[in-house]
Amino acid sequence: MKHEKIETHAGLLIVLTLIVISVGGLVEILPLYFIDETIEEVKVSGKETVRPYTPLELLGRDLYQREGCYTCHSQMIRPFRDEKLRYGHYSLAAESKYDHPFQWGSKRTGPDLARVGKKYSNEWHVQHLIAPRSVVKESIMPNYGWLIETPLEFKDISDRLRALKLVGVPYSETEAEYEANVERFGEEVAKQLEIINAEDNLIEQAVTNNYDGITAEITEMEAMVAYLQVLGTMVDFKQFDDGYFATFR
Amino acid sequence: MSKEKQSRTVQTTGHAWDGDIQEFNNPLPTWWLWGFYATVVFAIVYWIFYPAWPIGDDYTKGIGNEIEYTTKDGKTVTTHWNTRALYERDLQEARAVSDKFAASLKDVGYADILKDADKSNYATSAANVLFADNCAGCHQPGGAGLPGHYPSLVDDDWIWGSSYEKVEETIRKGRQGIMPGFSASLKDAQVSDVAEYVLSLSGESVDDEMVKRGQKIFHGDAGCVVCHTKTGQGNIDMGSANLTDQIWTVANINTKSDHDKKLVAVKKIINNGINRSMPAWEKRFTDTEIKMLTLYVHQLGSSN
Repeated sequence: MKHEKIETHAGLLIVLTLIVISVGGLVEILPLYFIDETIEEVKVSGKETVRPYTPLELLGRDLYQREGCYTCHSQMIRPFRDEKLRYGHYSLAAESKYDHPFQWGSKRTGPDLARVGKKYSNEWHVQHLIAPRSVVKESIMPNYGWLIETPLEFKDISDRLRALKLVGVPYSETEAEYEANVERFGEEVAKQLEIINAEDNLIEQAVTNNYDGITAEITEMEAMVAYLQVLGTMVDFKQFDDGYFATFR
Repeated sequence: MSKEKQSRTVQTTGHAWDGDIQEFNNPLPTWWLWGFYATVVFAIVYWIFYPAWPIGDDYTKGIGNEIEYTTKDGKTVTTHWNTRALYERDLQEARAVSDKFAASLKDVGYADILKDADKSNYATSAANVLFADNCAGCHQPGGAGLPGHYPSLVDDDWIWGSSYEKVEETIRKGRQGIMPGFSASLKDAQVSDVAEYVLSLSGESVDDEMVKRGQKIFHGDAGCVVCHTKTGQGNIDMGSANLTDQIWTVANINTKSDHDKKLVAVKKIINNGINRSMPAWEKRFTDTEIKMLTLYVHQLGSSN
């Protein structure tokens, strides 16, 4: 084919350009779907411990994105000794497999948050989000006071779960899907993943744990703290031999 | 373009648009071209020596790049080069240094560690870093605490006990500090009376009548004595505060100038109760780290 022919036909140029670029993309991305070791197996007594977010945690994650937390906080502890000392075990691919999009980030203005869950108490998070400098004097984080003043909007929670189900997150709609989740994650988790009960589950988790310390209503703070408290807590590294996860490379 | 360059014969791409618009086909600079070839050669060499090409559900691991490391449990692994193996070896090298100290702290009582200058120096400096990374968020750098929220660790008042065993338990398991609110069960005047009585325990009261009424409620219907004990000294097994000393962890009395403000601060606690918690750290820390932190925290404040 003559070069001139390609250059003078915009449509042809676009098609051929796309083909050339996608070869590069496919060669780099596709194999990761098939290589066994891409995602680590994290099972404790036969059940997967890395699970999709509960409805409340999921809304927290959506707020995390709305507020742009990822622009200053990464969620990716790299396999370096100094990172382990400060943040804990390096992040596993398995730990963000249900994140769409993942929140790894590449910029740390604040600390990495991949293992912030259960590190601080709920009331610390509430106070810290409202006024960061009241607990960490040298902090440059902005105040997020409106989280505690704004009621959480959760009428569309089922739709959010359904959207994630479309891209492969195992929230369940049918009885068969539910049973599969019981097999995979155990009954307790499987119940949290039922789309039909999403709203009830959300309310129950918020009322039971009362992350924001306010009983009168469910605020955005509730979801945000619920999300922060689960980050990095799904894998109990003491259950695995030292070096186990290095064998997946 | 300068005249000199224009006068040179430059090839064109060979086609013309709108009659006379042509495109020069200048050759790439030689240094750039050779740089490009060099990257191609580098890539091929890299493919040979490092993990590179996917094949089915596996991939080429590279040749001559074995890396060996020993895990914490003493298992030696030899594998192709990868960042996780490199990390394991870094940790192994770090352990080679720190294990000696860690082993020297194992099975040694706290008092004996303190007697040994080397051991206590190591434990204190290591714990200093751990404290800054993990504890200072709440207890503040240096352990001064945040009045009204997080207890000070540098005074001699220990809500959950000051013995090494108790401090270790606090770090390991975390704590739940809970006091019910009395706004529903007591009238406002009664709450004021109880508050005045509580203030009297540390010599802050002004109204003896209120104190008397408050004392009755404190020891009677409200049941405050169940946790705070009859003397008001609290109980370290429940984490109920000692009300008889001058140290206030929640109501922040010491910064209040006049008596009315103090009363309001205490009333607020009685009305709303307390619900605060310290996370459990046993999953985050190793046993040695917990031991060092216990020693460090104990040293910050306790005299016994």
